[in-house]
Amino acid sequence: MASAPAAVKADAGETVALAGKPAQKWLTPFNIISVPVILLGVVLIAIRFTRGLGSVTNLSQDFPWGLWIGFDVNAGVAFAGGAYVLTFMVYIVRVQKYQGLVRATVLNGFLAYAFYACALLLDLGRPWNAVNPIIGNSFGVHSILFLVAWHFLLYMLAELVEFSPAIAEWLGWRRLRKILHGMTLGAVVFGITLSTLHQAGLGALFLMAKGKIHPLWYTEYIPILYFVSSIFAGLSMVIFEGTVSQRVFHNLIDPMDRTSYHRVMHGLARICAGAMFFYLFLQALLFIHEQRWQYMDSPMGLWYLTELIGFVLIPCLFFMHGLKKKSLLSIRIGSVLAMVGIVLNRLNVSIVAYKWYSPERYIPSWMEIEITLAIIFMEIWIFRWIVRRMPVFGKPPQWAVEQDSRERALNFD
Amino acid sequence: MNQGKDLPQEPGGAEFSRDAGWLKLDEPMYRRTFLKSLGVLGGSSLSLGTGRAEDRAAGAHSVGVLVDTTRCLGCRSCEIACAKANGLPKPEFDAETGYDSRRPTTETQWTAVNRYETDAGKFFVKRQCMHCSQPACVAACPTEAMYKTGEGPVIWRGDKCMGCRYCMVSCPFDIPKFEFGKAVPEIRKCVLCYERLQKGEQPACVQSCPGKALLFGFRNDLLETAKQRIYTDPGKYHHHVYGEYEAGGTGWIYISAVPFEKLGFRTDLGTAAYPEYTKQFLYSVPVVLLLWPAMLLALNKATEKEKD
Repeated sequence: MASAPAAVKADAGETVALAGKPAQKWLTPFNIISVPVILLGVVLIAIRFTRGLGSVTNLSQDFPWGLWIGFDVNAGVAFAGGAYVLTFMVYIVRVQKYQGLVRATVLNGFLAYAFYACALLLDLGRPWNAVNPIIGNSFGVHSILFLVAWHFLLYMLAELVEFSPAIAEWLGWRRLRKILHGMTLGAVVFGITLSTLHQAGLGALFLMAKGKIHPLWYTEYIPILYFVSSIFAGLSMVIFEGTVSQRVFHNLIDPMDRTSYHRVMHGLARICAGAMFFYLFLQALLFIHEQRWQYMDSPMGLWYLTELIGFVLIPCLFFMHGLKKKSLLSIRIGSVLAMVGIVLNRLNVSIVAYKWYSPERYIPSWMEIEITLAIIFMEIWIFRWIVRRMPVFGKPPQWAVEQDSRERALNFD
Repeated sequence: MNQGKDLPQEPGGAEFSRDAGWLKLDEPMYRRTFLKSLGVLGGSSLSLGTGRAEDRAAGAHSVGVLVDTTRCLGCRSCEIACAKANGLPKPEFDAETGYDSRRPTTETQWTAVNRYETDAGKFFVKRQCMHCSQPACVAACPTEAMYKTGEGPVIWRGDKCMGCRYCMVSCPFDIPKFEFGKAVPEIRKCVLCYERLQKGEQPACVQSCPGKALLFGFRNDLLETAKQRIYTDPGKYHHHVYGEYEAGGTGWIYISAVPFEKLGFRTDLGTAAYPEYTKQFLYSVPVVLLLWPAMLLALNKATEKEKD
């Protein structure tokens, strides 16, 4: 690691896109908000570990899972789904136009998993035993959570391998980069497989809560719904994050990519709209198959319709409108609404519809929300730190491009 | 399920069953059943080598408790005996108003008696872990901390538990309780006095019951006793044994004078064992793990550019 700065300097001439040095200005609005939130979060986390989960959360015997599982893990992992969809598009079916988005998305996905794994550790009552299902002295192989935990872990590794060429380029490790780059396809194949299973697996967690989740949200198809919705959740996040990055990191983004930006966004919106149509179709089938109309005149029924019409159908229409009128604004509105819909859906399954019959309700404490915000801000800090140093938005250094073209000449067409 | 793995003692085996100090023969009607069960045991010890999975699933060799709610006096001796046996604080109870509201089991009170007023009169119902034949909590547990012993009790092993609370989400009876106020929390619930059983004693609550509302024994025998009571006094009992099939069968079974929903029981649980609900998904995992990579690699090859 000590040689890193030197290596960067040596390559400085080649890594034009990287030339933007870390910004010197510290008193940005983001920093002013995020630093106190993170510091307060650290204090609250310390309290949580010394005085128990009950000291910072509103969890109870009736509601053992709250915001950290419903939002941080369930919704967060869905939003990280963009990585497996984009790597599928670029590395499996070779759609070149999404290439420019892959690194940022994979990095985002990796960080999301790393930080949600942290959130999960906070939520575990006895986190020092979290190694038990990993090191093998207690394999609960019949547990969906065991499966999800393993897939989280392996997928994080796969994403790290997918992203690692960028690290090697930053450090100027040419030989290692070649090896790591050669592992990309394998990591992608493995990663997509794992993603399919754990996105669905997160939904499957709730299969055994039969009778505790309102029948409008409980269905044996919940794993499939979770998987399909993770496609448009992840891509909506890519659209949203792309929009933000265009403003925040505009000096890092390759100008060539900015011209093709619209084309790429339209492509993503099209996949989103398609996945949402499929999702709505599945929901319609379930509506008929499980005779869901009988619940419609209840508050839960109205809430269900709000989720499906307001935050799946309407964003789907926004995407389609945006495609037809070539309106990036419509697509952006659609992506935000779709993301709200995913948050609603995950919270509905895990909290709102969970024990809907119980007079007691779970409402997260301000401290649970605070810690969640702190985790998100920490993630953004790391993301910013990395994209300012490594070739994430911009083009890889010239030597890496040459390395790839040589490799292709040898191995591919 | 893993009931078959490293059991302390084969439950149908000679040492555990013949040394049946805990099978108290103080009930005349039960004596015949017990004699018969000895015969069954003699036979079953021959077939132990085969260890039939379906017998275990049905709880053939596992123990349980029959609760006759028509006999329960609401004296709460069981609550106090439970607290004493498990080192829990004495349950708080106001003698005058204690039964006016529902008292759930908690992390410091593993069994609770509640009063239910029905058309047919007042009834007291004792609640605790049901010790399911195929427990949801055991299937949920990623670390095998929740463990269905071969004898029947579902126990919790602190050295394995990572505190994920998936057992609480999964349990159809909402039994596992978590210590939210502790830095080193535990999952707490009735363990059917597993240590007492191994010493040849009955569960504390059963031993303390003055009204003989609780009867401890092999689940199969208890089912027969339950049905026998219903058939010999059909006017007195509602014709259903709660726990025979509910959620795949439970170790604790109940009989009652009134339908069980009137006593606060969930009657919508269905008869499938809860682990069945995740089985389909778990079976699909190896298929996806095998087929997805093959398909993805094929797609990758198929979309390769033609050679110039």
